[in-house]
Amino acid sequence: MSDTWKEKLYEPSDELISVENVNFKGQESRVEGEELISINNVDLSYTGNTGPIKALENINFNIFPGEFICVLGPSGCGKSTLLKILAGFIQPTAGSVKLDGEEIKGTDWHRGVVFQNPPLYEWFSVRTNVAFGPKMRGVPKEEYEKLTEEYLEKVNLSEFADKKIYELSGGMKQRVSIARALINNPEILLMDEPFGALDALTRESVQDLTRKIWWETGKTIFFITHDVEEALLLASRVIVLSRHPGKVIEDIQVNFSRQIIEEGATDIKFSPEFYKYREQLLRLINSQ
Amino acid sequence: MKKWSTERILTVGTVVVVFVVWFLVTAIGNVSETIIPSPASVWESFVDVAKDGYKGHTLLQHLATSLQRLVIAYLLVVVTAVPLGLLSGYNSKIRAILEPIVEFYRPLPPLAYYTILVLWMGIDEGSKLALLYLAGFAPVYISCVAGVIRIKEDYINGAKTLGANKWQIFFYVIFPAALTDVFTGLRTALGVEYTTLVAAEMVAATAGMGWLVLDASNYLRSDIVFMGVIIMGITGILLDRIIRFVEGKVIHWKGRS
Repeated sequence: MSDTWKEKLYEPSDELISVENVNFKGQESRVEGEELISINNVDLSYTGNTGPIKALENINFNIFPGEFICVLGPSGCGKSTLLKILAGFIQPTAGSVKLDGEEIKGTDWHRGVVFQNPPLYEWFSVRTNVAFGPKMRGVPKEEYEKLTEEYLEKVNLSEFADKKIYELSGGMKQRVSIARALINNPEILLMDEPFGALDALTRESVQDLTRKIWWETGKTIFFITHDVEEALLLASRVIVLSRHPGKVIEDIQVNFSRQIIEEGATDIKFSPEFYKYREQLLRLINSQ
Repeated sequence: MKKWSTERILTVGTVVVVFVVWFLVTAIGNVSETIIPSPASVWESFVDVAKDGYKGHTLLQHLATSLQRLVIAYLLVVVTAVPLGLLSGYNSKIRAILEPIVEFYRPLPPLAYYTILVLWMGIDEGSKLALLYLAGFAPVYISCVAGVIRIKEDYINGAKTLGANKWQIFFYVIFPAALTDVFTGLRTALGVEYTTLVAAEMVAATAGMGWLVLDASNYLRSDIVFMGVIIMGITGILLDRIIRFVEGKVIHWKGRS
């Protein structure tokens, strides 16, 4: 795979330094028609006790190949709902979501999902859990066995391959979950607050791993979080949703994640620039 | 020897106390042997029946006859109620067909419909097995349905996003995920079948523990009734232990996730 997508991701990053007027720079920098997923005028309402409740309103944005999008927002802003629509678990009330130009109608393996509480199958070993996707899809045994070892290696779990699920820690479970989703080579990886329940140290290490996998595989990632710092440390693009109903109120590109990878800038979160972004986003979210 | 836990001591203590009270009441109190036979006479009748049998059959034959009925009916329950229950949980249309039938007959006392079964299937083994089968079917069916409905949506959604089709989800996700409830149902069913056993052996039986107890009570042989009840109680516990043992082997992840 050529590395041009990496270049393309950060084209406008020089202009981003001024945090004061951040908005919608993402889309113009990408080539129209090259989007992987296009979300058009998506509304979602559900029926509550006192009539219909609008969870998402007029969501419009494109996801381009290789992007690491973090969606931020206060709790109850419908960010998980948006992920469920992308996964195909629910259908939008209005508007459309297209993958490679084709409307998303249901769930399939082209969009891998990492859930907040990893629904791993306790009755299978770690290895069988990772192999589940290709096995179900009828990939020949030799092939999926090879893939399984490869992906176990990717998430540093080779030596735990024969363990039972209940023997794993929370961070390990989430790594199994990531390997299990990635092994299908999905077009996009959807992650729903995957590290929310982990302790700070474990969290940092799985964040590093996720970032590394993103960079090495060039996989498109759509990541839901309520943690501003996490979003800035991982994303190539941050989208902020408002509260009730969820609307896109900010869409910016950031390059802290790239700096960490390319320059080993592990202490970047103490830089004034990072601080500025963080403050700006926090203020935006808290003003909701 | 392993040190006994407090709970273990309490359990054994309870059994001992029951026996001591039983012994004391019959030894000291002026109670008729018909109302409470003494432990000694129950033991005697046990030795007697074990040696010479009761009305043409040895004790082991009585026990084997009952266990055979129980096991055949039980296996029929396992191979039908488990798949039907799981499918009913998975597919609301199948549930809509089966649930009203199960819900209707489940609360009925077995004796109420036993007459009908006898009319349909005769007084031989058929109606007895049918009665035991029906008694065991309902609890297994109901807990299988509940087990499937209880499965977290993410388990199924997750399998879908990984590329599993409906049947694969059923076999690799729904079935194992519901196993804990399946076993709860299986244990309940065994208990219910056991309680139905006496009823099943009321009509035209010549052997079986249920029949032995009924027949002995007709002649006010309380010692034999007591013995029969105690043997049924002990075999019941043993059978439950077997199921629990199998459950522990099958569901190795139970209580650990």
